[in-house]
Amino acid sequence: MIHVTINGLSLEVKKGTTILEAAQFIGFPIPTLCHEDGLRPYGACRMCVVEIGETPRSKLVTSCTYKVEEGMKIRTDSMRVQRARRLLLELYVATSPLSKRIQDMASAMGVREVRYDPEPPKRETIAGLQLPVDREGCIQCGLCVRICNEQMMAGAIGFSGRGVQRRVARPFEQTSELCRQCGACLYACPVCELRCAGPQPESTLCSGCLNFSPVCFQSYEDAMCFLTPCHACELSGPIRPDVKIRVREPKFAR
Amino acid sequence: MKAFYIHSLEDLHELSTAGNSSLYPNRTKILVGMATCGQAAGANEVLQAVQEEVEKGQLPYFVMGTGCIGWCSQEPLLDIWVPGQPRVTYGRVTPERARKIVRALPEIQHNWAVALMHGDDNPITGKFKKYWSSKNGHKNGLPSYKDLPLFKHQTRLVMRNCGIIDPSSLLEYVARGGYLALWQGLRKHSPEQVIREITTSGLRGRGGAGFPTGKKWQAVREASGDPKYIICNADEGDPGAYMDRGVLEGDPHSVLEGMILGGYAMGAHEGIIYVREEYPLAVSRMKEAIQQAEQAELLGDNIFESGFSFHIRVVKGAGAFVCGEETALIRSIEGKVGEPQQRPPYPAQQGLWGKPTCINNVETWANVPVIVTRGGKWFAGVGTEKSKGTKIFSLVGNIENTALIEVPMGTTLASVVYEIGGGIPNGNACKAIQTGGPSGGCIPADKFDLPVDYDSLMQAGSIMGSGGMIVMDDHTCMVDIAKYFLGFLQDESCGKCFTCRVGTQRLMQIVTRISEGKGKEEDLDLLEDLGWLIKEASLCGLGQTAANPVLSTLRYFRSEYLAHIRDKRCPAKVCRELITFAIDPVTCNGCGACVQVCSGSAILGEKKKPYTIDAAHCTKCGACLEACKFDAVFVN
Repeated sequence: MIHVTINGLSLEVKKGTTILEAAQFIGFPIPTLCHEDGLRPYGACRMCVVEIGETPRSKLVTSCTYKVEEGMKIRTDSMRVQRARRLLLELYVATSPLSKRIQDMASAMGVREVRYDPEPPKRETIAGLQLPVDREGCIQCGLCVRICNEQMMAGAIGFSGRGVQRRVARPFEQTSELCRQCGACLYACPVCELRCAGPQPESTLCSGCLNFSPVCFQSYEDAMCFLTPCHACELSGPIRPDVKIRVREPKFAR
Repeated sequence: MKAFYIHSLEDLHELSTAGNSSLYPNRTKILVGMATCGQAAGANEVLQAVQEEVEKGQLPYFVMGTGCIGWCSQEPLLDIWVPGQPRVTYGRVTPERARKIVRALPEIQHNWAVALMHGDDNPITGKFKKYWSSKNGHKNGLPSYKDLPLFKHQTRLVMRNCGIIDPSSLLEYVARGGYLALWQGLRKHSPEQVIREITTSGLRGRGGAGFPTGKKWQAVREASGDPKYIICNADEGDPGAYMDRGVLEGDPHSVLEGMILGGYAMGAHEGIIYVREEYPLAVSRMKEAIQQAEQAELLGDNIFESGFSFHIRVVKGAGAFVCGEETALIRSIEGKVGEPQQRPPYPAQQGLWGKPTCINNVETWANVPVIVTRGGKWFAGVGTEKSKGTKIFSLVGNIENTALIEVPMGTTLASVVYEIGGGIPNGNACKAIQTGGPSGGCIPADKFDLPVDYDSLMQAGSIMGSGGMIVMDDHTCMVDIAKYFLGFLQDESCGKCFTCRVGTQRLMQIVTRISEGKGKEEDLDLLEDLGWLIKEASLCGLGQTAANPVLSTLRYFRSEYLAHIRDKRCPAKVCRELITFAIDPVTCNGCGACVQVCSGSAILGEKKKPYTIDAAHCTKCGACLEACKFDAVFVN
């Protein structure tokens, strides 16, 4: 058994436990984007960073991939961690402004402005399909790739390219025979959800369903969507009409 | 040459004699610097010209190629060694001049010669082989290498054989004390003793991170897992850095010897040299050296009849800078995508194929034979308290002596730039020096009293890194430099972690905006915030240092950024959107040279009358500035 301290509390866990698992066990919340129980930790989104060690030798590490070590001192909510999360979410909102999940995380962490220009949507026509397809807002969390490979045992999609060219892709841009059209990739995607169109004070509905379009590379006839009103809409709807939240308007034409 | 085996000390001595008769024959020897830098400058044509002259005149001279002696700005280099005479070096040799030099032998062509050598240092044995003393006669007026500032401050331990031996000759390597360290290690020391010597020496990883090598070797030795692996990181991706290339091309056996000793010390029997694909000459030299060592049974089973066996193979990279990162390198060898992995676990515990792996840089391995023969304590006498030994640097940019130099740790930047480098050409002032490649930063000229070692440069906001040193004069725009390195990092990022992939992209967008005069003052705070995030939260070393070029230029040259933002002006007159080209009507005599080269057809006027530049069509390529012989073109 390994002894660690999380936010001052002592804890004993089995060898091989990650910091995230230890924190979840004791009940400390750590935000994540690319983590999913049942999939191997990936460490791409960087949202789960926590501070380990003592100053001046302390550092930020991703709690989902870092395994606990004897005597480790962990802080899940230090100033450094909070600053990192806010700066990260600022970048995430700019990368994926229409993602409800990311907008929610940003407002929960107290992000009040986004200093970057939002990503304009990428329009792409894939051979064989008539429709231009959106691949906007993909944060490359890898959940779709990992669920396809590890849970569905299909391996029909993967990552292609390096650096800014990296993207989720089908082999040679063709739907693989291995794709069983199961929709797990759609289900797993944190961006592929209700489109957040910002607060609409005149109606109760957030109107997200009107703007819904899946952010993957094929259109499905039966979309699987999970509609829940977002915080901004809840606050500015019939519950709290006096509160105005300043949300930067996406500056591009749809 | 009949096959020979090297099984004992006696074999080494016997073959030394053969090697010495090749190093110091009883006939005139002509050496041409045939490293990649030499070949790029035209050494192939020079070698061909020499060979043709020698054949034509049936001259009794030996002609051979050698590695990089480090004097890159003088390439192609031609050396003549006449028995009993000093070795004379000719610089900037053309094929025509080469023919004249050969024909005139043994007479020296003084106006083309640049230096002479009295003898050769041998750091392995500690002895100096003198082949000429000044009593022997003629005064040449030629400076000796030991008197030239470029060379007299150098201590060539790692580059000991570069430029002296034929890199394709195992015999010459042995004659210079090669494989003596291996014999001593295998036959006289235990593995633990070898590690002790390395630890005593204070050697730290030369790839840039500077981890104590002895500690790493000890960790691999103690790690549980079988088999263990030795890897040589020869990926060398930093732009402008070619230190490892010099060693791989000029003295390939030194790396092999170091690796076999490492294998013995740590209990590994397989070594892999991962060379970047863009170094074809280095790859072929290493493969040739491995073949020679295998034939001589210095690689294989039962080396030096000690019972120890070791094999080495070469693996080529596939064009990714990120594969210089150790975990990405290991993935690449395993045939997977070169994406870095989180550490811990470190390769020493779980490396190649999940087994304990020691991965060290080329320069680190090449230091090992010297440490074994001279002892760790001797080695620790070179350098500073925390940074022992020497370091090779590639000194490039706006510098008089572009060179590959090797100096003791602790040498100051001022000494490197002004003494060894010979200062800035064309009477320009020095602005800064960029060290450590894309992971490093810029250090302004007023901080050149800093010593070069692992720790001092880090406090100034840069790193020593693997040894790249780019000197910049006052015609360099620091915003432009930040943009250049960001572009490189953006290209080379593996793309897995969000902060590096998107962060470098965003940094690039902001810095580009600033260089175009569209920046806002708030952008500087944003650069610092984003730079902080990328540094703190990225997965690997590439990401963690990706913001350094921006952060260090912002730290020391903030006024330059502000000039771009507030005044929409580039003080160094580099950023294209902010400069205009114009012709001085007083100086211009209408010769029309600029019109010939103008890429935008933007120069208007008639012959013999002053020309003007139409700003609307000017592409700011700068061709007119170069073409004008009357200094009539100027930049605003």
